[in-house]
Amino acid sequence: MTLQVAVALDDRSFAAQDWVAAVQQADDARLDFVTFDDAFGRRGPDAVLVASRVAPVTRHIGLVPVATTTHTEPFHLSTALATLDWVSRGRAGWQVRVSADPAEADLLGQRAPLGFDDLFTEAADAVEVVRRLWDSWEDDAIIKDVATGRFVDRDKLHYIDFAGEHFTVKGPSIVPRPPQGQPVIAALTHQARVWERLDVDVYFVTPADVDNAATIVRQLPAEKKVFADVVVFLDADQETAIRRRGATTSDAAVFAGTPAQLADLIASWEPAGIAGVRLRPGTPADLTTITGELTGVLRERGLFAPSTATTLRERLGLPVAVNRYSQEAANA
Amino acid sequence: MPKQIILAAHFPGVNNTTVWSDPRSGSQIEFSSFEHLARTAERGKFDFFFLAEGLRLREQRGLIHDLDVVGRPDTLTVLTALAAVTTHLGLAGTLNATFHEPYELARQLATLDHLSGGRAAWNVVTSHGAFFGENFRRGGFLDHADRYRRAGEFIEAARTLWDSDGGDFAITSSQFDIKGRFGVPRSPQGRPVVLQAGDSSEGRDLAARYADAIFSRHHKLDDAQQFYRDVKDRLPAYGRNRDSLKIIPGVSYVLGDTDADAQEKAHHIRRQQVTPQTAILLLEQLWNQDLSAYDPEGPLPAVDPVLDEADTIIKGRAGMFPDRLKTANEWRALAEAKKLSIRDLVIEVTGRQNFIGTPDRVASLLNEYVQTDACDGFILVPHLTPAGLDDFVDQVVPLLQERGVFRTSYESSTLRANLGLA
Repeated sequence: MTLQVAVALDDRSFAAQDWVAAVQQADDARLDFVTFDDAFGRRGPDAVLVASRVAPVTRHIGLVPVATTTHTEPFHLSTALATLDWVSRGRAGWQVRVSADPAEADLLGQRAPLGFDDLFTEAADAVEVVRRLWDSWEDDAIIKDVATGRFVDRDKLHYIDFAGEHFTVKGPSIVPRPPQGQPVIAALTHQARVWERLDVDVYFVTPADVDNAATIVRQLPAEKKVFADVVVFLDADQETAIRRRGATTSDAAVFAGTPAQLADLIASWEPAGIAGVRLRPGTPADLTTITGELTGVLRERGLFAPSTATTLRERLGLPVAVNRYSQEAANA
Repeated sequence: MPKQIILAAHFPGVNNTTVWSDPRSGSQIEFSSFEHLARTAERGKFDFFFLAEGLRLREQRGLIHDLDVVGRPDTLTVLTALAAVTTHLGLAGTLNATFHEPYELARQLATLDHLSGGRAAWNVVTSHGAFFGENFRRGGFLDHADRYRRAGEFIEAARTLWDSDGGDFAITSSQFDIKGRFGVPRSPQGRPVVLQAGDSSEGRDLAARYADAIFSRHHKLDDAQQFYRDVKDRLPAYGRNRDSLKIIPGVSYVLGDTDADAQEKAHHIRRQQVTPQTAILLLEQLWNQDLSAYDPEGPLPAVDPVLDEADTIIKGRAGMFPDRLKTANEWRALAEAKKLSIRDLVIEVTGRQNFIGTPDRVASLLNEYVQTDACDGFILVPHLTPAGLDDFVDQVVPLLQERGVFRTSYESSTLRANLGLA
């Protein structure tokens, strides 16, 4: 059985050509998606905009930026991600993040930092709002009916009327429903129960070994796609990789070795029920080894195959996103 | 050397200027449409591409407005994508100072400036009232009187962040109390170009103090000249010279093989823009009441407009009629004199294209406006998506270049420098 291979980009470059080069490399190697790390107060460019900057110059790869729910407007998040989906023709995703850092609250300057529970309540509400807004235009809302002079059928545009503890949002979106209907939502989780409150499609998890991976997968709902994160240092000989790894520590497992050895590790984790791996290159050179050598090894062993899917949802094997409002209308 | 003309391309908006019933009309949301217009503008050596911002769908009579093109992208996301398919074109967008916050927006604009190599521009607008606020955390929090105060403080805050070169900042003002570290080093333009669109005296002062360019609405030559003088005369008080603020009205044009041909085309376009249904809706915006029972081919209403500015029939669009009763009486008199139906009257009084004629005539008119200080350039608003500027770039731009009033190649890679700003 083949696995999906993603890469986590953690670059902080402000030069467009650096990002274009990295993502084109991954695109050419037919990796399934890249994530763009970010945080509300982080040094570095805005990740959603970086993803948008590379979208027109890449063809296949999914583009999954991190965006924070804590100090941002759910309405803006929804429209920005819908736009990323339009710009990339159905390749957009979103890695949800919350912010517990008081210094980040000071950047917005409107309220005290939220407690742990509130952070996730708010994030769950933000995800719900983002999703409802994506559905707030039915796919056939635009009618261009010359006889009645109507461009749009207003019965197919929906107020979302969301009211939660931290915000209310009326809707509908300003953006027509994006090509995927529902772009893919992901979250990195170290404690599955916390993130279960959010309606996400993909979990990034950090198992220490295959048994741990199997335990984590069993704890998560079966329909979720689980990707195991691994930090990788790759070299032609293991000693060099180990030397480069040095004392690197991470929340995820840290691998140092040859591409063939990493392929062994990935093969050994496959029975745990993961959908794939998200590799975090130790350095930019490791990205080059992933795209230039590792994918070749994985293909030879039948562990990886370039997807022919055109959207990220399809590529991940997620079902076609049924519009909740069309569904309501059909059931009424 | 004569004054050089600034040109910008406005992506067609969500109003009845944009004709969707024409067979040549393409998607208003697919990226290929944005790419087409941006590439066309860059081929024509335009200064910048312009995109407005949506915060909520417009409503009339309490219903979502369904007659006009609607559905648009997030401003910053699509502008950043356009940076990938252009190399010199400025990328300008409206971003509302009421429903964005300084740290996040300054970071996004600085990101766009970096990722485009110095081509970002921000059109600052402010809104008050609960209508847009219903989509945002703070609701309609801003009083009408505080709009310009917030806009000014927002621009000040953004400047502080951009000038920090990725360093620490602390800002305390009536609207903002923020501090921390701005994680974006100085971007290629230092500060993205700032546009402003307000027209009141306060709006003009705000522009004179902070803006690099004004997106103005003054089209008639004498009116535009007066506006130009008024705003430029305000600059010395802020220690600025007259060239440091560019005046760029939004305008429309129609080209034809002869002037008569162009006039005929213009009339045809206006009939496309004002359908019978749209005529009633536009009339309602002045009358401020439900006129759906009226026949668009019949006479104007005998009843007077409802003078309740707190509860207007249209939501999500700026008010256009300072004196409803006066305008209504003028319209009725005009309809009476010329024997015009509701639709014919609306076609007569709204949305007339600003420059109509042969390419040579339009080029001459545009140049006259600039050389006589009615403006410094134009934001062209095409009526078709996405090919609405093709004819202008092919037929008018070369004439302006021949006259020596428009560039034949870009002077610089940054928008600020191409606009002739320091």
